[in-house]
Amino acid sequence: MAYSDTARKAYQDELNSIREAGLFKSERFIHDLQDAEIEVEFPTGAELKTVINMCANNYLGLSGHEDIITAAHAGLDHRGYGMSSVRFICGTQDIHRELENRLTEFLGTEDTLLFPSCMDANAGVFEAVLTDEDVMIADRLVHASIIDGMRLCKAMNDSYKHSDMKHLERKLEEHQDRRYRMIITDGVFSMDGDLAKLDEIVALAEKYDALVFVDDSHASGFIGKTGRGVHEHCGVVGKIDIITTTLGKALGGASGGCVSGRAELVEMCRQRARPYLFSNTVAPVIVSGALKVMDIITSSTERRDKLEANTKYWRQLLTDIGLDLKAGESPIVPVMLYNAKLAQDVATDLYDEGIYAVGFFFPVVPQGQARIRTQISAAHEIHHLDKAGEAFRKVGEKYGILGLGKKELIEKFGM
Amino acid sequence: MDELKQMILDYVYDEYIEEDDDREVDENTPLISGGIVDSFSMVSLKRFLENKFEIQIPDADASPEAFDTVVSIAELVERFKNA
Repeated sequence: MAYSDTARKAYQDELNSIREAGLFKSERFIHDLQDAEIEVEFPTGAELKTVINMCANNYLGLSGHEDIITAAHAGLDHRGYGMSSVRFICGTQDIHRELENRLTEFLGTEDTLLFPSCMDANAGVFEAVLTDEDVMIADRLVHASIIDGMRLCKAMNDSYKHSDMKHLERKLEEHQDRRYRMIITDGVFSMDGDLAKLDEIVALAEKYDALVFVDDSHASGFIGKTGRGVHEHCGVVGKIDIITTTLGKALGGASGGCVSGRAELVEMCRQRARPYLFSNTVAPVIVSGALKVMDIITSSTERRDKLEANTKYWRQLLTDIGLDLKAGESPIVPVMLYNAKLAQDVATDLYDEGIYAVGFFFPVVPQGQARIRTQISAAHEIHHLDKAGEAFRKVGEKYGILGLGKKELIEKFGM
Repeated sequence: MDELKQMILDYVYDEYIEEDDDREVDENTPLISGGIVDSFSMVSLKRFLENKFEIQIPDADASPEAFDTVVSIAELVERFKNA
């Protein structure tokens, strides 16, 4: 047998070292649909517990929306379960193109191509449009999937300090000898919740002749006055060359992603992006649900307005309690604790209080930047937020962290 | 600290340390294993050294270990300067 005892032991040892380092990830089983309140089995085998969900990307509360479920059912009836094909052989239905056109219109771009996920979109896009004559200049806090995509591309790579426009400008100057320069950023940064300065980035791109790439996964559907994304918020709709985003967060939360942007760049992805060419088409049921999502978010801004109001309320509540928050305006609200063990302990105690929130620490965030990342949804009602706030107050008191700033927290608990 | 190490240290501060980051970095601080420089951003450091000293550091030698401290980076530069 090829899987020898020695190999088994080596993998077991490695898993144990992950456990000992406190980095072992385990899943919690949810027994109903995604919502503000969910029934969770944790640890495995434990009795179900109803908790308030403060860690979903369900920003618009659409993941379990009745009309979307109905539309998905209809899609299943009319377009079937699967296509058993990649897009370009026999996997494209009329509804795939319809959804791409709806996304193009919504994002204010020229064309759109669906991918099985935004992870796949990011993995494929750079290699499809850049060569070794070009350079990719990425914000240091971009999502892991972008880093993976950049690694697959032969263009030179470089990076700039997070949202540091002076540093970015220096890099753009330094790379004037390359054929194309592409500035790469998240729209909303997933760990910090802050927004990219897309207006300044676009101005620099124009000055130094660069393309602009934005992953707007944590923004599409709710950032900006009509929820188009960070480019709308910053007044640069039509000026972003490539936007990638996901249907797996605010836009229904099932799966699927896309590359949207300049017509030729999107077409290059259709010709060359390997995750598009070599993986299955997005299932008809997902496409049907997503079309209903587009109907909902383009007919009214009610949900994104409620999300904005909830976010403001939550930020104020936690600030009044005396917690140290990362500044920002997105529904990602990180409670900074700096110390990894403290973040884990606080998350465990919050769960006991009926609040589901997760601690993040190195290597997911930089060393000494441990935090609890809370995420607000339009599905939350004020009473959910009040209850979650009360739990934070109680647990915060227990650990003596209320009213402490960064310096005091590090002095008390270490980094 | 000699001139070479000081130059590398200055570059590390300028290129990698954020304004609100109050961590102290000296010639022995682990940069990559300490989470200050990620292996991806290491590329700009390599290019800086190559341009500054007009050397070529083969990818096989540009390991995260070789780039982990200012001291080890200086050793690497010396090696290729004299090669």
